[in-house]
Amino acid sequence: MERADGGQLGPLPVAASATGSRDTGPAAAADDRWRWFRGQAFWLVAPALLLLVVCLGLPLAIVTLRSFSEPQWGWQNYVWFFGTPVNLTVLQRTFAISAWVTLVCVIAGYPYAYVMTVVGPKMRLVLILCVLVPFWVSGVVRTLAWVILLQDSGVINSVIRSLGLGPVKLIRTQTGVVIGMAQVLLPFMILPLYSVMKAIDLRLLQAARSLGASPARAFAQVYLPLSLPGVYAGAIIVFILALGFYITPALLGGPRSTMLSTLIQNQVLSLLNWGRGGAMGVVLLIATFILLALAAPLSRQPHKTGSRRQ
Amino acid sequence: MKQPGRILLGLFCLLVAVWLIAPTIVVVPMSFNDKKSLAFPPSGFSWQWYRNFFTNPEWSASLVSSLKVAVVTAVFATVIGTLAAFGLDRMKSRVSGVLRALLITPMVVPGVVLAVGIYAVYLDTQLVGTMTGFVMAHTMLAVPFVIIAVSASLEVFDKRLETAAASLGATQLTAFRTVTLPLIAPGILSGLLFAFVTSFDEIIVALFITSPYLKTLPVQIFSSITRDADPTVAAVGTLLFIATSLVIGAGLLIGSRQGKR
Repeated sequence: MERADGGQLGPLPVAASATGSRDTGPAAAADDRWRWFRGQAFWLVAPALLLLVVCLGLPLAIVTLRSFSEPQWGWQNYVWFFGTPVNLTVLQRTFAISAWVTLVCVIAGYPYAYVMTVVGPKMRLVLILCVLVPFWVSGVVRTLAWVILLQDSGVINSVIRSLGLGPVKLIRTQTGVVIGMAQVLLPFMILPLYSVMKAIDLRLLQAARSLGASPARAFAQVYLPLSLPGVYAGAIIVFILALGFYITPALLGGPRSTMLSTLIQNQVLSLLNWGRGGAMGVVLLIATFILLALAAPLSRQPHKTGSRRQ
Repeated sequence: MKQPGRILLGLFCLLVAVWLIAPTIVVVPMSFNDKKSLAFPPSGFSWQWYRNFFTNPEWSASLVSSLKVAVVTAVFATVIGTLAAFGLDRMKSRVSGVLRALLITPMVVPGVVLAVGIYAVYLDTQLVGTMTGFVMAHTMLAVPFVIIAVSASLEVFDKRLETAAASLGATQLTAFRTVTLPLIAPGILSGLLFAFVTSFDEIIVALFITSPYLKTLPVQIFSSITRDADPTVAAVGTLLFIATSLVIGAGLLIGSRQGKR
């Protein structure tokens, strides 16, 4: 942000002085108005902040409050949560599924994003459309499509059967949940990867090759480090979104692939236990924000080195 | 040595592309199923699920309420988000950085936690199953997308143009209306579209705050999927796909025409 401001305002005094003192009058008046406007800036943001407080701050505060106050004041709900093996299994599974989804997205997205940067413009448009098309169909409908594809008599199983292999159980398993979730989240991996890779100068690879590096070494020592910010950015988004996933695991998963969101929903809507549901929600919320805090320096690093280079 | 590697990479990408679009492709033939089943491929052809979508009051009512909520949400979110983007743009960068991060948090808060909280607030304020309730929650969820879209076009907007307009005697309002607004209009428009889609497609909060009197389309789809194997869902999916394709196609066409000029 600071850099952008500097870049835009930088040439202004030069232009003003070049056109002579005649223009400084109105320009100064405009500057005054500018300053006045800056004072108003907060009021422009105020409606959004108010909405945020009412529709986000208040709800989260109530969830937190109830996790301590229902049915009576104390840490009971947290003691229950961390003292019940089933909950810990689900918590661990939520992280494991999210990690698997992230890994699958990196493995599938990295080569895909790379190919997007090297093909011709027409092919690139096709590849971009393939990334964006999933957004065009309602999220719930997409999950239904995965139910159709993954079911025991579904498309994937008939392909596997035609290859002469036995049927694979996909629906209501963790594998099925990972396949479906990764498809939904893959665009969030590919788009940041692509925007970072697009900026990498491929001549650097040629330079490494001409200096005697093998293709593998040129990739590992030149391309990979330059593309890592994209990997971090994508992986963080995918992991955090995966942690809170609800619809896909609920429809594709079975009892052995329940994630934390489903447990929370169950506690609140079916068991009407706001305290326990709230405690689970707070755990999920804290996990999300810890991850965000840990990830912030990782994703900020390229900017810092970027400005130093300038 | 180089050629096989390239072919392998190409095949891998093809596989990923198929994986990405497979669900979309599967939905279309399912919607013409002649039987009430979700077996793939369908055994025969019929239009009955489209007819069902438009004639069954349960489906058409949910479509209408979804459209209402999404339109109102899009308008509110665009106004609030655009104002906020301008405010952030005009602040000291340190303050705006913090505020921006704060305003974008709805995107990372786990959906169910947020939904539980909103449900609790709405139960106390009698907003469950009301238009106001839906619009408030969806606007909060959609504002970040508007802020991001408008901020992106403000970042490339040359502020000296406003100064120039002022130096030529334009009042602040005139300068904004005739210079700034037309230049950032694409950003505002894409923010509007994002807000509409966010609301139209939102399900988790909607599942909690819905009532028999106000059901949005995603809620109706979800309850249909969990209740029985009804191909009407596939018909809805296909219609949504066609509608979005038309909107995006029109957008691309307008964009490329403007680019040529």
